[in-house]
Amino acid sequence: MTGTEPAARTQPMARTCPFDPPPEYRTLREEEPVASATLPDGLPGWLVTRYEDVRAVLSDPRFSSRRRQIRIGGDVPKDAPVPPPAPGMFIMTDPPEHTRFRRLLTGQFTVRRMQQLAPAVEQIVAERLAAMAGAEGPVDLVQSFALPIPSLVICELLGVPYSDREEFQRNSAMLLRIDAGPEEVQQAQQAMNRFMHRLVLAKRAEPGDDILSGLVSSGGLTDEELVGVGGLLLIAGHETTANMIALSTLCLLRNPDQLDALRADPSLMDAAVEELLRYLSVIQFGIRRTAAEDLELNGQQIKAGTTVVAAIQSGNRDVAQFPGDPDRLDLHRTYRPHLAFGHGIHQCLGQQLARVELKAALTALFDRFPTLRLAVPVEEIPMRDDMVVYGVHELPVTW
Amino acid sequence: MNITVDENRCVGAGQCVLAAAEVFDQREEDGIVVLLDADPPQELAARVREAAARCPAMAIEVAG
Repeated sequence: MTGTEPAARTQPMARTCPFDPPPEYRTLREEEPVASATLPDGLPGWLVTRYEDVRAVLSDPRFSSRRRQIRIGGDVPKDAPVPPPAPGMFIMTDPPEHTRFRRLLTGQFTVRRMQQLAPAVEQIVAERLAAMAGAEGPVDLVQSFALPIPSLVICELLGVPYSDREEFQRNSAMLLRIDAGPEEVQQAQQAMNRFMHRLVLAKRAEPGDDILSGLVSSGGLTDEELVGVGGLLLIAGHETTANMIALSTLCLLRNPDQLDALRADPSLMDAAVEELLRYLSVIQFGIRRTAAEDLELNGQQIKAGTTVVAAIQSGNRDVAQFPGDPDRLDLHRTYRPHLAFGHGIHQCLGQQLARVELKAALTALFDRFPTLRLAVPVEEIPMRDDMVVYGVHELPVTW
Repeated sequence: MNITVDENRCVGAGQCVLAAAEVFDQREEDGIVVLLDADPPQELAARVREAAARCPAMAIEVAG
């Protein structure tokens, strides 16, 4: 096996339970923790499924972050070199390029800054809940609660008008569809770029007290880079958290013993957020890397240029790291570091913001609506099997 | 205990502050780790080790 021909095995994609990764991952962890596989876009690659190996890949500079993004909506040139990332797309770069961008941003997302933001987030949550309470009959929790909260927060932080949400949410959703065709992807990307470019020009003309204005006036980035970074923060800032809020709600409603435990002891909330992050692992297809040189991983020879999938969704269910039953949601689980935000130098920049938002949203939601329940049978809830970020497309609830 | 931090490796994720805010902080301007106490009391040892284990960039070393 040279790793250049497609393997008979394909990356597992089909779930049998809405909260568990495909069951094949357990077998892979036990029997073939570094396994050659044909990836969903037809590329030959490797699946890395154990916790320790996932951490090793994500913290080893021999695995480059330059990579092909998962796309199944068109033909992928299998032998072409990995294309260079778009300007400002620093999650797909390596040091020193990556360091230059990350250092410009980390000061904006510190633990202290994000905790200072908590009262403003709680206010936004309260307003959404008040609006929901006024509605008659079932509401879609995604559109009325889970999506607006992180969208409002990231708009405020970045300096993006929330009134433009329809436009950026539509383009963002297209870019996260794994089955979007090349033309659809290109159109959505160009629309997002035009949107951000207008904003960059506006911030230059009239700077505000927001992150984008700060980046513009720092003078360290070209307009193209500002557009790329802005779009990336906007998408990353609302899609992931929105899906975690909605999926966590569904998951707690389906695990009433855990929800009762949380209600009985609100001090469990921090632990609950970490456990939900681990258990749900919404970056459902894992994190891709490209071998920068020929190397060996756990006895397997990996050729330079090959795509390697660090399967965080599998590592987060590894019994070696999460003893007992890792396939159970257990809010009393003793905390151990998980992979939901990735690992290594690219670990999620906005993770402290995500924690603040999840805590505020879940606390207030179950407080305000103690009788919250699904308005449709669980089988009818459309799951995001087709999106880079897992979750629910809709969540009809009543109370 | 003897803690050392590597500012050059640090990526400002804030995991150490979550684990042990008595020992670790972040610089206002760029989020890089600030070591508040290189030899904290023994009762913090478990949380300091957790901070080192959580650090995504392996920028924290704990001896003793």
